[in-house]
Amino acid sequence: MLELRNISKRFGAVQANDRVSFTVPTGTIHAIVGENGAGKSTAMRIAYGFYTADSGDILVDGEVREIRTPHDAIALGIGMVHQHFMLVEPMTVAENIVLGSEPGSAVSLDLKKAADEIRKVSDEFRLTVDPNALIENLSVGQQQRVELLKALYRHAEILILDEPTAVLTPQEVEEFFAILRGMREQGKTIVIITHKLSEVLSISDNVTVMRDGKVVGDLKTSETNAAELARLMVGRDVLLRVEKPDAKAGASVLKVQNLSVMGRGESKRVDNVSFDLRAGEIVGVAGVEGNGQTELIEALAGLIPGSHISGTIAFEGRDITQLDARKRKELGIAHVPEDRHRRGLLLDFTLAENTILGVHYRKPAVGFAGVMLDQKGIQRRTEQVIRDFDVRPPNPMLPARALSGGNQQKLIIGREFELPPKLLLVSQPTRGVDIGAIEFIHRKIVEMRDAGCAVLLVSAELEEVTSLSDRLLVLHNGKVAGEVDPKKTSNEEIGLMMTGGARS
Amino acid sequence: MRQIFTLSLLFSTIRLATPLVLAALGGLYSERSGVINIALEGLLLAGAFTAASVTYYAHSPWVGLGAAIVAGASVAYILALACIRFKADQVVTGTGINILFIGLPAVLSGALFLSSGSTPQIPKENLLPVLARFVPFMPAWRIFTDVSIISLLAVVVVFVTRYVLYRTPFGLRLRAVGENPEAADAAGVAVNRMRYVGVIMSGALAGIGGAYLSIGQSSLFTRNMAAGRGFIALAALIFGKWRPVQTMLACLLFGFADAMTIQMQGVAKLPSGEDIPVQFIQMIPYVLTIIVLAGFIGQSRAPKALGTAYQKER
Repeated sequence: MLELRNISKRFGAVQANDRVSFTVPTGTIHAIVGENGAGKSTAMRIAYGFYTADSGDILVDGEVREIRTPHDAIALGIGMVHQHFMLVEPMTVAENIVLGSEPGSAVSLDLKKAADEIRKVSDEFRLTVDPNALIENLSVGQQQRVELLKALYRHAEILILDEPTAVLTPQEVEEFFAILRGMREQGKTIVIITHKLSEVLSISDNVTVMRDGKVVGDLKTSETNAAELARLMVGRDVLLRVEKPDAKAGASVLKVQNLSVMGRGESKRVDNVSFDLRAGEIVGVAGVEGNGQTELIEALAGLIPGSHISGTIAFEGRDITQLDARKRKELGIAHVPEDRHRRGLLLDFTLAENTILGVHYRKPAVGFAGVMLDQKGIQRRTEQVIRDFDVRPPNPMLPARALSGGNQQKLIIGREFELPPKLLLVSQPTRGVDIGAIEFIHRKIVEMRDAGCAVLLVSAELEEVTSLSDRLLVLHNGKVAGEVDPKKTSNEEIGLMMTGGARS
Repeated sequence: MRQIFTLSLLFSTIRLATPLVLAALGGLYSERSGVINIALEGLLLAGAFTAASVTYYAHSPWVGLGAAIVAGASVAYILALACIRFKADQVVTGTGINILFIGLPAVLSGALFLSSGSTPQIPKENLLPVLARFVPFMPAWRIFTDVSIISLLAVVVVFVTRYVLYRTPFGLRLRAVGENPEAADAAGVAVNRMRYVGVIMSGALAGIGGAYLSIGQSSLFTRNMAAGRGFIALAALIFGKWRPVQTMLACLLFGFADAMTIQMQGVAKLPSGEDIPVQFIQMIPYVLTIIVLAGFIGQSRAPKALGTAYQKER
């Protein structure tokens, strides 16, 4: 049994945890839900000794315990699988699993014995993985198994899982949940941090809801529902599914023919993809991450050198295959990149400076003689984006770094949507964004569509692409595995196509 | 050509590669733990100066060697303290140490020996011995027995390092800490403690390399006698992909280039019959370093966390 009692933790000005208390009974699966920054991960990182609480107690099996480092937590039978895997990539599975609690003596590492023990544990929990494989050669699903094995190898009785399904396909999620249920049957106690309400409802026995560092609800899963959980998380009623009228598709805006993108070596990251995108419709791209979505969007946005591309990209009937990103933007192609920190923002620049990225060389950013920045124009533009897209706090002089993920995303979306574009390339628009902001972003995307913009939407969240898209392309291994009508196709069917299991 | 490629070239290569091997393996311990050790040059000089001074007073190369190890480790501890505890920039700190040891030995030897240029000559019997001392009855192997005991030690260190790195829990943790300190921390490994050990070991090994320079290969300390060997060792470490045996082979390559420059002087001729100017011959090891690093570095993968202090949020 794991109990947190009045745990408080402050990071600078932020009260990350404010008297957090809850109990996880032995042999149950306990979900902790909340928006980003609600303090879920902080609370569990305290329980695992990554952070130390400012005040409050952690009880294991009814006794107050001092947990100062992960080492202490491991000794008490607590294991944690982190959202970003804690694996050493160039080392083998066995080396990763035994790291820190190696078998054999101090002068001789017994990796054979380790491999045997790992096989024993992996058989017991049906977590098959080759102990001698290198981590960097494993799929994310397999890497997650290694993380689980790492905890089980250390005889963890209490397992803390931080957003474990974020990287898995629907099929893998099902498999993963089956493993978790098996563990519960063997008496393990499992804490799962998530923000996906459907998962909470399907896997957990109890659920604790957190908001702004506080526990705002402690419920039995069988006695609650998604709407109630969402209301508790956000603090108001939330529309979980976008309501949108049917699309009124107009003229063709984007025509992609036999598009291929070369990767390193001989591999094709995008393999002979053709599709048509018309004004006033949203076409979704579903697929397990790493199946060519990134390269597809970047090829369309002009971010991949022409030498790596074959096939043609036509925008409003004009071949733009050889145009660079700036030219494409001038034609009316906007791009919301999948990784807002890498491609979307300059984190140490102000909101105002970030707002004019991409239009920094023309009006309204440039005024006198075409070489001087027009501060007033920039100010006006920024205030407009901040107002229309509800960016908080609304101070154009703040560095982008000071904003939450959701507000950073709203700033990027605002910048791109107010170009204004004729074609919108949107990648992972709500990754790491709170439910409240998700609802807002989804509404804006549908508004753009209804205003006649053509939208290409890539998302790893199946729920997101199926609910927003009018048509859906499924990518697998860089190829279009099929085109489906998301209203008429089940998630299971789409999931199967994503993993190459079927073609429609 | 026959005048250049002789057996003595081989042994000259071994002699010249010895300090490189020791410094490079020192660097390996530090860099595998995630701390860039650009201070190898300074550590060599610290070891060389300490060995020469202490041997001069103690009349024993072993005491001098021991003192050089302590000196190297102590200077490395300063580097570790700055880079690990105070999270200073590793390159800047290392450069500082290098600059310090261009000047500090001169100041100290000025105070101790009234000569800022070099330390006094040490009698031959007080230098680190060659193998001949231990195998006196093999005159046919004279050229082999001219090899220093430290060269033998360097080879032993290479294979011990290989074992430690891949076959002991310590090595596993050291590698993990240099690749992904967060993961090592999550697995219960004390990240910064491992890094201290790695950096201090690098100082101890470079200290031995330095001692070899002043009381093995030579018989006194002269100003800046490392002459860039610390940097060449670093290049060998990168060229050797941070692996012990490959690093040793890289050191041998650089040692060979160095030996060539000695053999070729006055021997290698231009087609016109004149000698190749000695300055050009002396450029060989450095030019080779540049070529090797520019040509092969792309295939070499550094420990991922190299150069970044581990900041744990509390």
